[in-house]
Amino acid sequence: MERFSILRSIAAPFPRENVDTDYIIRIERCTGTPREEIGKYAFEMARFRPDGSENPEFVLNRPRYRGARILVCGEFFGTGSSREHAVWALAGMGIRCLIAPSYGQIFYSNCFQNGLLPIVLPLQEVDLLMKEAEGGTSFEIDVEKQLINGKVRFDISPRRKKMLLEGLDELGLTLALEPKVAAFEKTDRQKRPWIYPA
Amino acid sequence: MSGRTLFDKVWDLHVVDELGDGMQLLFVDRHVIHELSGYRAQVELGKRGLRMRSPGLAIGSFDHVVSTAPGARAGNNANANRIIEGFRAESRKAAMRLYDIGEDGQGIVHVIGPETGFTIPGALLVCGDSHTCTPGALGAAAWGIGTTELVHVLATQTIVQQKPKTMRVDFRGAPAEGVTAKDLILALIGKLGTAGGMGYAVEYAGEAVRGLDMEGRMTVCNLSIELGAKIGMVAPDEKTYAFLKGRRLAPKGAHWEQALLHWKTLPSDADAKFDAEHALDCASLAPQITWGTSPEDVVGVDGVVPDRKPDALSYMGLTAGKPIAGTKVDRVFIGSCTNSRLPDLRAAAAIAKGRKVAKHVEAWVVPGSWRIKQDAEAEGLHEIFKAAGFQWREAGCSMCVAANGDYVAPQERCVSTSNRNFVGRQGPQARTHLASPATAAATAIAGEIVDVRGF
Repeated sequence: MERFSILRSIAAPFPRENVDTDYIIRIERCTGTPREEIGKYAFEMARFRPDGSENPEFVLNRPRYRGARILVCGEFFGTGSSREHAVWALAGMGIRCLIAPSYGQIFYSNCFQNGLLPIVLPLQEVDLLMKEAEGGTSFEIDVEKQLINGKVRFDISPRRKKMLLEGLDELGLTLALEPKVAAFEKTDRQKRPWIYPA
Repeated sequence: MSGRTLFDKVWDLHVVDELGDGMQLLFVDRHVIHELSGYRAQVELGKRGLRMRSPGLAIGSFDHVVSTAPGARAGNNANANRIIEGFRAESRKAAMRLYDIGEDGQGIVHVIGPETGFTIPGALLVCGDSHTCTPGALGAAAWGIGTTELVHVLATQTIVQQKPKTMRVDFRGAPAEGVTAKDLILALIGKLGTAGGMGYAVEYAGEAVRGLDMEGRMTVCNLSIELGAKIGMVAPDEKTYAFLKGRRLAPKGAHWEQALLHWKTLPSDADAKFDAEHALDCASLAPQITWGTSPEDVVGVDGVVPDRKPDALSYMGLTAGKPIAGTKVDRVFIGSCTNSRLPDLRAAAAIAKGRKVAKHVEAWVVPGSWRIKQDAEAEGLHEIFKAAGFQWREAGCSMCVAANGDYVAPQERCVSTSNRNFVGRQGPQARTHLASPATAAATAIAGEIVDVRGF
């Protein structure tokens, strides 16, 4: 996974609340689209008109925000379906960091699995950053210092921070723990034999 | 020391290792896999040169992309068939138990887990689908995961998680005739909002939940994710044990007796402390129906369209202040992991019996599993539906997920027993109203949204 230490980019304001993963990526794009092409279909229902042309009103189509790698979002971004394609679609269009008061919980986990940083901040702080994004300011996200624009501090667990900074993958870390898993299973088979097939 | 909750007891039994910062490595007892997220994960696993660690602790089924057209035995397009073939081949290679299309055991993953007895109280269960909260109704800790996490479970039989907080909801009083499990949980989501359960494992308790059959409890737990909670649970009781006993994958003989002793220790202790507590008065509830594009946009069917969320009202083509009842519909869908089990179909059939679907309405009934379809036919339910003008279809996710050729046309209005009324969920520009099977069936007959209590 690509390492993530400092990100500098325009941030696009995306104040809509309860943005669900169906809205981020339609189900039809989850059945046959190769992962590397899925970014083309992110926010498809809002980003394009029914005739397939770009909707100039959509924030990421406006010249100022084209290529933004940060989204400042409304409450409960990424609610709904577990489809990881929603994260792949955002990453596919270049998004690397989200800032919101809250997220759908499965979507939130999926972000970290793909090196995309979902920052949680209190609503008032998100509102202030939303205004800065509307003003077109360039943002800086510093993972090491846990700072946005050198002044707004955000929380991230040390484990997740290390994974982002070093580009580590959870599976690689867990595979190294197999002896512990095997030991757990051995004891558990005695304790709860009905769990295991004969 | 205060007592422990059902959730604490189940969770704590599965901790393999502490990873720091509150993250824990947990053992997965039960992994349920479907073709859409499952096949993609199987391919990723292979790319990494890894194999499935514990195929005996997994089952697979086909649901998302299968066609439910009467008599269908495949997908409705080439992509779907590629996924179906791939999932079949990879599952065979891994020596994993797979219930194929048209076989006893096949159906929507959240339906067949309990139906086969694979899902049991006290188990930690995951599946690559957000409605995996459903089998929490049996007292399992169950939640949905993404594709990368799915690869992790295939390779290691574990999952990395932070323990959520606990919430209990007390469903007080007995609901009136015509008010079902679906109405109870929709009313709760309306009250707490779609982020109300965020960060919690929710236990549903109280008189009204105890009074529900197992299928009704599954409906309640199914919508936990629409409350923002990954996990919803109901404490196991005699109904749970009676439901499971004798099912093909449920523990047998001495294992059954051992399991039963353990399961009886699981309910929350009387002095257990929850991080949050809520209550809902069920006796005064009307049947519920959604009016907007989020499951929290819900009113009693005897209510009016609220003057809020103008974008949602415009999408739905509704006028604030007008009664929701009387709104003309084009379609009715009875099915999905929320409401496709035998008691759901019985409730809908009781309304449909001897009546006719309105001429302008296309109404479908899609059983949740192959087994449910056979059982419903043995009772003659299919004849009731067909005589009334409903389509009687094959098992699958169908029009809930719209990934299989089953969808609502643009701007058509559908009363649906499924779980999501999001913009475009049932098809581009489709207008979805979530409701119970009884309300959906009555709406199909009336041709407009109607209060089933008057039927």
